[in-house]
Amino acid sequence: MDDIVTDNLTKSYASGWPGRPPFVALDGLSLSVRRGEIFGFLGPNGAGKTTTLKILLGLVRATSGQAYLLGQPAGDVAARRRIGFLPESPYFYDYLTAEEFLGFYGRLAGLDRGAITQRVTDLLGLVGLTEARTRQLRKFSKGMLQRVGLAQALIHDPELIILDEPMTGLDPVGRKQVRDLILSLRDRGKTVFFSTHILHDVEMICDRVGIVMKGRLVASGRVDELVRQDHTQSVEVVCQQLKIEGNAFIHSLATRVLQQGQQCLIVLPSPDAVDALVGEIRRQGGRLLSVTPHKASLEDLFFQEATQQTSLSLPHMTGGRAS
Amino acid sequence: MGAIGVIALNAFRESLRDKILYNLVLFAGLLIGLSVLLADLSITEHHKVIADMGLAAINLIGVIIAIFVGISLVNKEIERRTIYTIMARPISRASFVLGKYLGLALTLFVNLAIMVAVFLLTLWLYHVPIQLSIFQAVLLIFVEILVVTAVALFFSTFSSTTLSAIFTLGLYVIGHLTADLRTLVANSESGPIKSLVDLLYYLCPNLDMLNIKGQAAVGIAAAPEYVILASLYGVMYAGFLLTGACLVFQQRDF
Repeated sequence: MDDIVTDNLTKSYASGWPGRPPFVALDGLSLSVRRGEIFGFLGPNGAGKTTTLKILLGLVRATSGQAYLLGQPAGDVAARRRIGFLPESPYFYDYLTAEEFLGFYGRLAGLDRGAITQRVTDLLGLVGLTEARTRQLRKFSKGMLQRVGLAQALIHDPELIILDEPMTGLDPVGRKQVRDLILSLRDRGKTVFFSTHILHDVEMICDRVGIVMKGRLVASGRVDELVRQDHTQSVEVVCQQLKIEGNAFIHSLATRVLQQGQQCLIVLPSPDAVDALVGEIRRQGGRLLSVTPHKASLEDLFFQEATQQTSLSLPHMTGGRAS
Repeated sequence: MGAIGVIALNAFRESLRDKILYNLVLFAGLLIGLSVLLADLSITEHHKVIADMGLAAINLIGVIIAIFVGISLVNKEIERRTIYTIMARPISRASFVLGKYLGLALTLFVNLAIMVAVFLLTLWLYHVPIQLSIFQAVLLIFVEILVVTAVALFFSTFSSTTLSAIFTLGLYVIGHLTADLRTLVANSESGPIKSLVDLLYYLCPNLDMLNIKGQAAVGIAAAPEYVILASLYGVMYAGFLLTGACLVFQQRDF
């Protein structure tokens, strides 16, 4: 069985006023996360990512539908022994030192004193906070809190790690460290499920992604599969010594033409027109420098879905279901 | 150590690092000191004034800490979202509630011990006899504080911090008045009023039962059976409220 399974998960909140429809945070969300993969849960702010995570962890009860973690119903106390969780913008007991903080979570996870001492040392080293081990968390920067939060999620060496926006608040170096950490967890056979709205992170490290919009899963699969599905590729052609001005043929082929000094950038909407363009460049005495196919990105897919969902917002508010 | 113990010790550590509690205990020390000044002003009963004021100061500060820390005990965890990572651990919600309660109870016990030590030192310095009645009164003050903490915790599981404070203060006042009210309406001919007061009497904690400060100050010890029964009543009432708090907390979304 997959490590995370949700089936038609719905969460709605009463509006508090008679006659007004409930707010639907999740609307029939079904997804599965396989063992040993990195799954990126992508969506704009307010899409339902955190609500999904909270249901999985038993912090919030679903209005309807089922959710299972490691084969157990979501919220099962015993299953939580095998799960590590980092919430979004984590707030921790700031009166504790990093060492005490990790020790507290180690004891909650049922680790013995010896194991805690070893794990705390290892994890503080892993997240680069060895120097700050006796410092109170109130003196930590946002990035340091994020890193100690990650260490907290890993203190009991869980099988499944759930991270809510783990890159938030980190500088580029910190983000790379977290990405590397997530990849190393997968290498050790762990399953990582993380939510984010930063597309770059997802494209770089995820085996599979799910895109959630307004409480619905609108796309799910491997990144390369998703972006290949129905997206035409554009092609960038760079050439030199070509008089582009007044060339109606080239302008008719291209979606965009940029001349900078001797160099010229021509963007074609699809690979179909490449041969015709290259022939024209040669006829005009130009010198071809490069032909680069521009692959459609996850960002393109994401914005396409976001645009579509915006136009569907009215049925959603009345509790309409994804088809 | 079980999850309840881990949560309790952490709650205790949190309060140890919270300077407000130190200030309140210091304030209690000042109040006890003030009792000496007032005793000097009174013509007779110096000993009674010192003992009475001292016990009242201990009670007041203990109840203030119980209410104001008790109402934020769980709410603060939710508002600051620290509860997310704790509830993601293999512990039940009931363990969390009980752990927080026991942690605060331990804090209150230590605070009370410090205040009582200052009080006893004051009594000794001013040659006030230290009798059994003083210890009985202190024991029942502690039981009352345990009940008030449970009341505050119970309300905080389903209402805001402000509302919890209002409810707890209200129940504290009612808890000290129900016995008197019942006596007052005993001869009333109005059935509904008698029923209402009876309902309040049985539903609200009878905190007056835990108040023997007046007689303790003049050295009159209560019967041991009374102290035991009153303590049992308070502990059972707190247990009843904690069960309610756990049940409500079980249903909450975070």
